[in-house]
Amino acid sequence: MLGFVSRRLLATIPVMAVVAVFVFLLLHLSPGDPATVIAGDYASPEDIARIRAKLGLDQPIHVQFLTWIERLATGDLGISIFSNLPVATLIGQRLEPTLALALVTLTLAILIAVPLGTLAAWKAGSWIDRFVMGFAVLGFSVPVFVLGYALIWLMAIKLAWFPVQGYAPLAEGFWPFLHRLVLPSATLSVIYIALIARITRASVLEVLSEDYVRTARAKGLNERLVLLRHALANAAVPIVTVIGIGFSLLIGGVVVTESVYNIPGLGRLTVDAVLRRDYPVIQGIILVFSAAYVLVNLLVDLLYTVFDPRIHY
Amino acid sequence: MMRHFLLSLTICLIGTSSAWSETVLKVVPHADLKNIDPIWTTAYITRNHGYMVYDTLFALDENLEVQPQMVDSWSVSDDSLTWAFTLRDELLWHDGTPVTAADCVASIKRWGARDGMGQKLMDATAELRVVDDSTFELVLSAPYGLVLESLGKISSNVPFMMPERLAATDPFEQVPEIIGSGPFLFVAEEWVPGAKVVYVLNQAYVPRTEAPSFAAGGKVVKVDRVEWHYIPDAATAMNALMAGEIDYFELPPHDLLPIMEAAPGVLVENLDPLGQQGWLRMNHLHPPFDDVRIRQAVLWMINQADYLQAVIGNPAYYGICPAYFGCGTPLESDVAAEALMSQDLDKARALIAEAGYDGTPVVILQATDIPINNGAALVTAQILREIGMNVELQAMDWSTLTSRRAISKPVDEGGWNIFITWWIGADILNPVANIGVSGGCRNRAWFGWPCDEEIERLRDAYAREADPAEQKRLADAVQRRAFEIVTYANFGEWFNPIAYSERLKGMIKSPVQFFWNIEKQ
Repeated sequence: MLGFVSRRLLATIPVMAVVAVFVFLLLHLSPGDPATVIAGDYASPEDIARIRAKLGLDQPIHVQFLTWIERLATGDLGISIFSNLPVATLIGQRLEPTLALALVTLTLAILIAVPLGTLAAWKAGSWIDRFVMGFAVLGFSVPVFVLGYALIWLMAIKLAWFPVQGYAPLAEGFWPFLHRLVLPSATLSVIYIALIARITRASVLEVLSEDYVRTARAKGLNERLVLLRHALANAAVPIVTVIGIGFSLLIGGVVVTESVYNIPGLGRLTVDAVLRRDYPVIQGIILVFSAAYVLVNLLVDLLYTVFDPRIHY
Repeated sequence: MMRHFLLSLTICLIGTSSAWSETVLKVVPHADLKNIDPIWTTAYITRNHGYMVYDTLFALDENLEVQPQMVDSWSVSDDSLTWAFTLRDELLWHDGTPVTAADCVASIKRWGARDGMGQKLMDATAELRVVDDSTFELVLSAPYGLVLESLGKISSNVPFMMPERLAATDPFEQVPEIIGSGPFLFVAEEWVPGAKVVYVLNQAYVPRTEAPSFAAGGKVVKVDRVEWHYIPDAATAMNALMAGEIDYFELPPHDLLPIMEAAPGVLVENLDPLGQQGWLRMNHLHPPFDDVRIRQAVLWMINQADYLQAVIGNPAYYGICPAYFGCGTPLESDVAAEALMSQDLDKARALIAEAGYDGTPVVILQATDIPINNGAALVTAQILREIGMNVELQAMDWSTLTSRRAISKPVDEGGWNIFITWWIGADILNPVANIGVSGGCRNRAWFGWPCDEEIERLRDAYAREADPAEQKRLADAVQRRAFEIVTYANFGEWFNPIAYSERLKGMIKSPVQFFWNIEKQ
């Protein structure tokens, strides 16, 4: 196991290197120039050239790349062209809201979707199954911003149960933290509930037709135990995979939800940086995202061994 | 180190002393504050930040007259070449050190290296010298009529004063820290770019005694803390205002105004008497707009009402205005505006035919992430097609457009023919401030690069002239020439009202939104 983890961690290095090269090239070959944004409307061509020189953007691409890689090797993600703040600081400021939103959303989604999916599989073909699958289709189909605005209108404007927008750090207390996360998490979790419920239903349904389930029933085990101990436990691998993917996507930022609820997360930081061509910030964020993807995938692989003892590394 | 300590101590003490009944003004600004040096960038949000933390030597009042702000008194020599300025007493930087004449000289030099009017002033300046701690002199090499107008300009880049050690920063690099002498202190530790900016009352600030008027007069702060919460989604900002979570929404989109006008506890009001002016900018370097007849055809094709209806929609918030230097201003004029004011598509078609237009595609840069820009580009494309031009709309974001418009090469080498933009009225008040009327060719004119010796001669004459009547005559002449060569086509003016809680009192009418004098009840 330790060897597997070490090998996987070592494998992240070439993955990150490839990501770094691609991100750098894609950004620097795409149209747009931060120097013209900085220079503003009164700038002369000489002014723009001078700003490009100050930012090092007048250097050949391979020189810029090597400079960036050299910094990166020392753990320095660079300085934002616009705010003049370290990229690590900017990412650090946004990490807590993003992680909080991701964790609360996934917790909510798992708590609702796994029982719903299991129930739908157990009662396959019944009205319960059709209701759950209908909800799943609806969850996939309703755009997040529509649901977000509808919840804001009802829960924040009409009933005044929750605030319209904003994020309260955990340091300000657990209740304010949770109070501001309820609506965005509820909005965002709908699509994950739909996804996880469908996968859970399909996996459990498949397992329910296995011989060992029939044997368990034949032994006289009650249906609840059959469902939880034999069916759900053995159906867990694909469910965990989907949850892992979902978590990675959430860490990557959910721009629409963050915008609708004004949560200062990584998604908004990414979009702002792209719109301004703030190269160091975009590069830093994508590297962090890549690392998160790799680590979450590793965690998911390790969890497989917990749910399926036949899997060894 | 000591300065940092004193600044931190000041902020801590203010925080402690006001903890009992802190009044917090929560604002949704028009943009995110991404950089905090108002000389390094022309971004309006950074200009507004500048007004919070810095002060100015002079300032514009609501009569568009320049009034002293940090300056106590000034004098001009008989030959009008030497201007002496003496600072007010009790001016202190946020780190507790006194403001000196040397600080102001360094600040003017840094501003003069970046700002358009500042560069003109510096071109006319032989020497800037410190006389004593509170007095400095500006010595001109030739008479210049816009000394006070330049030092008191209200919009980007505003000549904000900084300590000499910070003003010594290369103007193309950002200052390393924010130390001003203005009415608010910037709380750097609480700044989250993309989300939040915090200012606290500067208790050491001594305001002038005059009533506030535009950027001039007493900057009396009536709240303990101002928080800018950047909310990118306008509907969310509107909901937050209606739910009482924020107090002030600086730039609500026009289509949401009816909802807020009907909402209890929310007021909608236009505070900017000068508004914005829309520009259709053509590239004078390349066909077909290198031919003045085709540029004139564009003037004949425009109906400002069509544009304004498309991009603003509510006639209460827009107006027909042909004047290059804005309506409601001392230099407002309808001189030579016949073509712009009387749409005649047949005349436009005739001019195009006379110019021998060969069907070359006209490339319009269309910034789809800015609704006004997007809408005006679509209207332009439609009317150009109606008069027989072959149009290609190229969709992009604003950042890409700002890079693309700087390319002076022909269209097939990455250039362009038309882009849409707009300026606030305060930025176009006279022929020197309005860079759109510059005919300075490829090296000195704004993107589009009009090239005309006559209009440059008139602009220079305006800059040297001090007599208001003669200035007006010269401005009219500049406008006449601008219409003749069509430096740009003005597609009308509009106003952006703010929305705010009825608990707020004391908003200042101005093209720039200020947060002093506002009370939260």
